[in-house]
Amino acid sequence: MYLGRVVGSVWCTVKNPVMTGCRMLVVQPLTPELRNTGKQLICTDCTGAGAGELVYWVRGKEAGFPFHPDELPVDTTVVGIVDEVHVSRPEAHPPAKPPAPQHRKSSRKS
Amino acid sequence: MILARVVGTVVATRKDPRLEGKKLLILKPVSPDGKDETGYVVSVDTVGSGIGERVISVAGSSARMAEGCKDIPVDNAIIGIVDEVHLD
Amino acid sequence: MLIARVIGELVATQKHASHQGRKLLLVQPLNLDGTDRGDAVVALDAVDAGVGDKVLVVTEGVSAMTSVGRPNSPIDMSVIGFIDHIELIQGVA
Repeated sequence: MYLGRVVGSVWCTVKNPVMTGCRMLVVQPLTPELRNTGKQLICTDCTGAGAGELVYWVRGKEAGFPFHPDELPVDTTVVGIVDEVHVSRPEAHPPAKPPAPQHRKSSRKS
Repeated sequence: MILARVVGTVVATRKDPRLEGKKLLILKPVSPDGKDETGYVVSVDTVGSGIGERVISVAGSSARMAEGCKDIPVDNAIIGIVDEVHLD
Repeated sequence: MLIARVIGELVATQKHASHQGRKLLLVQPLNLDGTDRGDAVVALDAVDAGVGDKVLVVTEGVSAMTSVGRPNSPIDMSVIGFIDHIELIQGVA
């Protein structure tokens, strides 16, 4: 799962019928120090999060599980609203060059 | 599946009970001509490989289809020891 | 699986029901030489790890879910091992 902040929402009138009534949010991924990292993305929502809130989201096939037994064509979902973050490491962490571990990117699910 | 070189071991006593007795090895991906590539992965050994050997590893949910890995929480397994690679 | 260090914890009241009762850890994946590898991620805890511990993180859904005993839930990463020791060939890191 990854940290993020809700920066907006998306409305679609025409969408896959199984996604009717499904909220979609624009999420900016964050580092633990709450600095922006990476590109913004669209997540479905199962928590009722709103703009400005700190959330954590899940990526991959697992993103569809909150909507079980419906099978939604989604790959990122907000699964929790973060109240507090406790981080204990020195602030001097320049963002490392390689983005996320490579093997998370491929969609290699059975 | 990727070609990799076994470069180390991980010792963890406190772990998921289903991982008990499993050998955890650190793999570094290698190109077919034997050069190290970037990154690494921790993998479960199913074939009795050892440090320094060139192996084949499988990633993702397929790793749980390897011998002895059914229903255990792994995302990478060593499924073969490479004897030779022939390149044209 | 990846080697990572636990750098913090998350507190979330409103979250998916399957995450209730499990600690949410912020873990920083590491390179073999101990430097940071990419950004930190959030993982559920299956071994009672704490801040500063070096741990083993599984990044595949079904493995992550079953290790915390919550099948069919939105969990893509879990801490499944507490690393005591890492041995490496010389010069690899």
